[in-house]
Amino acid sequence: MVTPGENPPTKAHSALVTLQRCVQAAVLNTVIALGLTAFGDKEFGPNLVYSQCIGLSIWGLLDGGHRLLMPDRQAQWRRLFWIVPLGATLGYVFGTLVADTLLNTHNSVTFWTSQPRKALGFLVLSLVAGGGCTYYFMSREQLAVAREEMAHADAQAQAAQRHAAESQLKLLQTQLEPHMLFNTLANLRVLIGLDPTRAQDMLDRLVAYLRATLDASRATRHSLQAEFDRLHDYLELMAVRMGPRLHYTLDLPPELATRQVPPLLLQALVENSIKHGLEPKVEGGTITISARQAHGRLTLEVADTGVGSPRDLNLPPPNHSSFGLAQVRERLHTCFGDQGAINFIAGCAGGTRASITFPLET
Amino acid sequence: MNLTSPPTALIAEDEPLLAAALQAELARLWPELRVLACVGDGHSALAQSLALRPDVLFFDIRMPGQSGIDAAAALADAWDTQGADAAPFPALVFVTAYDQYAIQAFEAQAIDYLLKPVQPDRLKKTVSKLQLALIQRAQAATNLIAPTVSGDAQLDATLAQLRHLLGAVSSPTPGTSPANPVAPLQVIQASVGTTIHMVPVDGVLCFEAADKYVRVLTAEREYLIRTPLKELQAQLDDQEFWQIHRGTVVRAQAIESVCRDEAGKTTLQVRGLKEKFSVSRLYGHLFKAM
Repeated sequence: MVTPGENPPTKAHSALVTLQRCVQAAVLNTVIALGLTAFGDKEFGPNLVYSQCIGLSIWGLLDGGHRLLMPDRQAQWRRLFWIVPLGATLGYVFGTLVADTLLNTHNSVTFWTSQPRKALGFLVLSLVAGGGCTYYFMSREQLAVAREEMAHADAQAQAAQRHAAESQLKLLQTQLEPHMLFNTLANLRVLIGLDPTRAQDMLDRLVAYLRATLDASRATRHSLQAEFDRLHDYLELMAVRMGPRLHYTLDLPPELATRQVPPLLLQALVENSIKHGLEPKVEGGTITISARQAHGRLTLEVADTGVGSPRDLNLPPPNHSSFGLAQVRERLHTCFGDQGAINFIAGCAGGTRASITFPLET
Repeated sequence: MNLTSPPTALIAEDEPLLAAALQAELARLWPELRVLACVGDGHSALAQSLALRPDVLFFDIRMPGQSGIDAAAALADAWDTQGADAAPFPALVFVTAYDQYAIQAFEAQAIDYLLKPVQPDRLKKTVSKLQLALIQRAQAATNLIAPTVSGDAQLDATLAQLRHLLGAVSSPTPGTSPANPVAPLQVIQASVGTTIHMVPVDGVLCFEAADKYVRVLTAEREYLIRTPLKELQAQLDDQEFWQIHRGTVVRAQAIESVCRDEAGKTTLQVRGLKEKFSVSRLYGHLFKAM
């Protein structure tokens, strides 16, 4: 029997299976011989010899036939419709001749002329036994294959689930970046003593930002207005921290406000602009976020006047450092397939311009 | 410095509210401390520390320009230990919101650090430690005939700490950790105009960071590549290539001689190259007569 497993069956294993089937065929032959003796007129001895010779010949021809003529059993199973009758008939004729020789009788040829009904009955019996056995073995094999496939699919589903959980955790980790969180809290702590009204406003924005971040992993779409509101919260938090070093503009045409977009898709780009563009720059700079539509496509752009990237961001990163960008690409691909695109243009005076384009959803 | 003058400090923190808050909190806990300057970037931190020579430095780690750790390393390198008015190296306190690797290194090297938001109780502890260190330093200076010796000892200790800190903070980037080493680089691909030159690493004598580029020097000629030195270094054999300065890595076998001048500056001559390279104090320990 074939057990489900990842490795293909070894030679020794396949020989063992063959031997097992041969024995099973021999047992069936013995049962047939017993039946013939019980309900027929011949003795058990000759019946057994005929039964074994015919049965084993049929088994041999069918087994060999499967191997030679049906290398791909799943696809070529229809060939059984001619392999089984042909194998059974040839096996019957061959087995009878062998048994005749063994028992030193030559009655088989005369058997067909003297008792054609009985001879035909034996041929039908051979066909039924051969077909039945083939069906039995094939269905067992198929069951094993199905089991193996199921186990494989199970493993794949588990791996996919693990991957999804991991990437969601990573997403949360990048969005709830501890450095950002603790610095924001440190500023908040100072503001509470200094300017309670501003502190309250900052806390409200932090709450909205955290809620949006946690919700983003659940919702699949929200309005562009909501997207820009969340970016506004984030930039306000950063503005408290960076003081006069950060300036920003949010440009959302009112007709696009209700358009649906994947939540916080721009967040990673804005964070990149701050972290790699403006934070390292001593004098700081400006970040501009805009939305435009043209030819049925929506273009979202994040541009900064920061230090710019030493490498081309359109190329895959040399290591796993920029998970944020990889995650934007992946989400874009999941949501829009080949219809979504992300592009980076290095500004001539430093700075980076990132644009995401995808079809407008109605 | 003498015992009567009040202790001085410099704060390097790029977030204005946090800088002001630290200064206010210090004024409350340590009224005698005079904060000479608050700066918002790594370059100013270095320049102002050299100019004002405070007793205590509070350096934020993530700052524009250069990080607090890099600024401290550059400061240790440039600190004047020779002149008549040489001052002991300041006591360092790093400040960070979250920095897993740096904090591990601080713990390992017994470097004082503060976590943001700064808790008053924690700051009080740091202040007591600093006060004790300044008193010990002043006593050592009055007891010893050559006060610069204690300054040197302080600087040497800080150099050793910073060396470990730089190693700990730069190495745990993904892909370069010891757990999954990168295959050593064999060939440098340098573009000259529209041609890509294949430069075998075996022929490279020195890598030197220069603004946005890295100079690749061979005995025959010089190439410019865009890959940052840190990224390159992760793919070089550190037995074969020695770091001698923050921006310089040389082939150890090609070093001809190392000289220390009267001002305490160390320079190095590479076989096959005309120019001299300066050796940072951080890496001066590599060169000792056998």
